[in-house]
Amino acid sequence: MSVQSNTDAARARDGSRVLLADCDIHPAPARDDSLDPYLGARWAGHRRAFGERRHAGSAYPRQHPNAARLDSWPPEGGPPGSSLDFLRRQHLDRWGVDVGVLTPLLSSGELLDLEFSAAHARAVNEWQCSEWLDPEPRLRGSIVVAYEDGALAAAEIRRQAADSRFVQVLLVVRTLEPLGRRRYWPMYDAAQECGLPIGIHFGGYGGNPLTGAGFPSFYVEEHAGTATAFQDQVISMVCEGVFQRFPRLQVVLIEGGVAWMPPLMWRLDRAWARMRAEVPHLDRLPSEVVRAHFWLTTQPIEEPPLERDFLEMLDELDMDDQLMFATDYPHWDFDAPDRAFPRSVSDERRRKFLGTNAARLYGVR
Amino acid sequence: MTIDCDVHTGTPTWEELVPYLDAHWVGVLTETEFKGPEDRWCFFGSDTRTDLESVRREVLRDGVEFAVLVCPYAADSIRNPYAAATMAAAVNDWQLAEWLEPEPRLRGSIVVPSGAPDLAAAEIRRVGGHASFVQVVVPARSAVPYGSREFLPLFEAAAELGLAVCIHAGGAPGNPPTSSGWPSYLVEELAGGAQVFQTQLMSLVAEGVLERFPELKVVCAESGFAWVPPFLWRFDKDWKGLRREIPWVIRPPSRVIGDQVRFTTSPLDCPLEALARVAARLPGDVLLRSSAYPEPAEPLSAEHDEAFRRAAAGLYR
Repeated sequence: MSVQSNTDAARARDGSRVLLADCDIHPAPARDDSLDPYLGARWAGHRRAFGERRHAGSAYPRQHPNAARLDSWPPEGGPPGSSLDFLRRQHLDRWGVDVGVLTPLLSSGELLDLEFSAAHARAVNEWQCSEWLDPEPRLRGSIVVAYEDGALAAAEIRRQAADSRFVQVLLVVRTLEPLGRRRYWPMYDAAQECGLPIGIHFGGYGGNPLTGAGFPSFYVEEHAGTATAFQDQVISMVCEGVFQRFPRLQVVLIEGGVAWMPPLMWRLDRAWARMRAEVPHLDRLPSEVVRAHFWLTTQPIEEPPLERDFLEMLDELDMDDQLMFATDYPHWDFDAPDRAFPRSVSDERRRKFLGTNAARLYGVR
Repeated sequence: MTIDCDVHTGTPTWEELVPYLDAHWVGVLTETEFKGPEDRWCFFGSDTRTDLESVRREVLRDGVEFAVLVCPYAADSIRNPYAAATMAAAVNDWQLAEWLEPEPRLRGSIVVPSGAPDLAAAEIRRVGGHASFVQVVVPARSAVPYGSREFLPLFEAAAELGLAVCIHAGGAPGNPPTSSGWPSYLVEELAGGAQVFQTQLMSLVAEGVLERFPELKVVCAESGFAWVPPFLWRFDKDWKGLRREIPWVIRPPSRVIGDQVRFTTSPLDCPLEALARVAARLPGDVLLRSSAYPEPAEPLSAEHDEAFRRAAAGLYR
């Protein structure tokens, strides 16, 4: 089957095929010990003996096992996202995905033992190569890193970047410190040097309360409220002057939402107008920096009650060339390519969002 | 006639509070290092000290019927709950004696030890009988979100007395202002001030506080409001998908918030040219005119005055 309705209509009108890139696909190991061959004896033994220690007390049980679509459990067993064959059939072939970017969420960068964190990240990267990228040319990888240590992260980026199937560096949004702070700069230095964007994905246990007002009670608050964590990170990276220091660095916000960005840019610009003397390194309007350096994936797309509001939001955002479609397969809050955008979004915008923007950023040919 | 819903007194010095404290606490303040909060809710305009004469001159004019004072006294930062409660009570008595009794066009906000909700409830009941107090004020930043069960006594007392609860920008609870720790710069706190309001409103809805007290009104002050529509689009969508977790929330969050939550206009957080578009996306008439004095006034045209009046109708007892 192919992408239906709106997308088919766009293809028909255009007389050409619409490129479809899914910028957020979550692969999972089939078993707890599936990474052991990649970890090697030392770290596999460490995992068995001491566990994967990370910050505790941040678990919000999802409403669906593994946060997954109920239909995404592979028939041959294993958790959702663990079967390449089923991923092909249920997702890549079903929707006609031309390019799928893997975003493994296996907590590598959250491990408190930094040596283990680095070894785990490296194992996840090798696992992506062997089990996903080698057998399936439609997939691309994300370099997982021990992001709480800038030097370890930079080393892994430089080691892995030679493999052009890896198209970005992957972090999660809940970090120990705001991502603009200097401890993370060696990682940005390596990413810029290797021409790789930094992808920041929903999630993480971070080590701080989930919000600036402590821990809420419910998963719905985590799920909807994590948008605020993305807002905090944008503010930090802009105000710390990360992009003055690394002018070619690009950042992708993955699964953070989109519609909050215009009001955040307004607010940043107003705050900067008042307090720019505090941050003399920030030599341009913050909204200019955002538009020059940030990309956003669309899932979970906001759904205003009026389509007009969605179109106005896109106009206010003014980042048509930096929105990239994502499904979040196999998670429950999946966006389908034919339903993610209101009908009145133009074909030109739809083509950009569905594929050409991602192709440009990730260098997909 | 209009109402100015956010006017600042600044923070009184400890010497000014001495007349409102008993002998034990006067001794503590004069003989120990404790002088009240060492921290402030914020380091910009709303913490600037003002006085009654300047408020009369600059705020109570041009058809202003009354103005609601907010004293950003960081009782939340005082770890000793009894000291926090005592100092909050002194601030309230100071507000009565120095501001509210001399000037009938002023209304007050009850300062509470928000980190100790039972003591906060007691303070609300102690001074809530004074008609010139129209709301309770708590800082936007807190150690746990205000919907949490431990805050129920605070909301119960406010609802019982017909007081609104004002959540004002700032706070000094000790935990970091973002989910990724402490930002380096003040400009980040100013730009990021809306995030914690999103957290608080989500908590008040998700925990069922607003539904439990259907007459309760919440005023977000110095919150901005341009962030509200996308926040509600996201929250409504997630409520549809996850409402089994919070079955007591029987209406979309945007409806609950539209009915019971208001936002002050100053400082404005969108360009003036976008104001009409943003206002049209809000869930009803939820904007309250405010000067945030002594902040510089926002140049709002008179076209919104009627909507501001509708939003304020029935808000204050």
